[in-house]
Amino acid sequence: MVFVSTHQLDARRLLCPMPVIRVQDALAALAPGEILEVTCTDPGALNDIPAWCRINGHRVLDTAQQDNEIVIRIEAGDGDD
Amino acid sequence: MSKQPKAVALISGGLDSLLAARVLQEQGVHVEGINFFTGFCVEGHTHAIRKQDQAKPKRNNALWVAEQLGIKLHIIDVIEEYKDVLLNPKHGYGQNMNPCLDCKGFMVRKADEWIAANGFDFIVTGEVIGQRPMSQRKETMPVIQRESRAGDRLLRPLCAKNLPPTLPEREGWVDRERLYDFSGRSRKPQMALAAQFGFTDYAQPAGGCCFLTDKNYSDKLVDMWQHRSSRDYQLDDIMLLKVGRHLRPAPNYKVIIGREEGENNFLEGYRNQFIHLRIASHKGPLALIDGETSEADLETAARVAARFSQGRDAGAVEVEVNYTDGRQQTLQVAPMALDAIPQEWYL
Repeated sequence: MVFVSTHQLDARRLLCPMPVIRVQDALAALAPGEILEVTCTDPGALNDIPAWCRINGHRVLDTAQQDNEIVIRIEAGDGDD
Repeated sequence: MSKQPKAVALISGGLDSLLAARVLQEQGVHVEGINFFTGFCVEGHTHAIRKQDQAKPKRNNALWVAEQLGIKLHIIDVIEEYKDVLLNPKHGYGQNMNPCLDCKGFMVRKADEWIAANGFDFIVTGEVIGQRPMSQRKETMPVIQRESRAGDRLLRPLCAKNLPPTLPEREGWVDRERLYDFSGRSRKPQMALAAQFGFTDYAQPAGGCCFLTDKNYSDKLVDMWQHRSSRDYQLDDIMLLKVGRHLRPAPNYKVIIGREEGENNFLEGYRNQFIHLRIASHKGPLALIDGETSEADLETAARVAARFSQGRDAGAVEVEVNYTDGRQQTLQVAPMALDAIPQEWYL
């Protein structure tokens, strides 16, 4: 069994592009395959974070929305898309 | 150079930087994008806050441009460093509080630092001579090169033929003959080039990607500075200037009143930092009090907030005053008549 660590990032109350910047900085410190779970409140993050991940070689595993909170799980890539 | 040359393009999300980057890609240059967040960027914010705008499709244009180009985009938080640009612009302000020339020099300098740290060869911008009255003039082009310290590592592909050859042209990394000689305020050459590249859905070139070019926003910023002991600011300060009605009944305080549900929700996030008012007896806005207030001031603020509630025509409205230490007080106030609110209170 392979253990993959999940890192949490609280980006609530931040407006885009700040959640994207926080995700970018957090992913820079992760090894490929590690998971980042970011919680946001800006609905713009639902578009912006996946768009940023697509162009920068990371993979969005899933997104969930409950009340005013959005949770996005991202698998860190190697940065060489 | 046997390896593929590498350039970083300043991507604003507008058409010019999209085209500039694409022109370089056409010549086989490896391009990545860089976008600086100053805190004053219009991109996304008001859409995110206002409920009525939330149904509209939201897109960060810089990310969209990068995706169209198939390039990486590095978004850099420069909020702290940008303060010096805004507070002490060597070249002054434009029509409002926009320090465009200093801003451009700053961003190119940051890009120059970035290429040095990341092993890139040169910088690309979408500047066009004569496009902007303050920052994109023939005289300002060398100023930006000099003050950013990027020198001839800065290439402007859309107007390069009107300027002396730069390092990437001299080194043969880029063919000068395949660059452009655009100038002036006309957008037609850019639109024709966009059509040639097959770009159709680009952001309209309105020139308004920064709140500092907005008169109303600039007025509120100046008012904030005038009523504080220092011109320093935090991100929260400049975010709050984008939200709600701002009224200043007296020099010692102002009232920020949410205009709709989305703004009220946003202001809720600041309720621990400010005295805030809630309309208890009717449906109404959340109001924050920014400044030191007396009881009489709070009553005035409550009457103003009540004016924007559904109790505006009632004889009395119950307003909850919530202090930052958790204390709470309820006031019964008569909503202020609309024509009793002096126009000069509105910021």
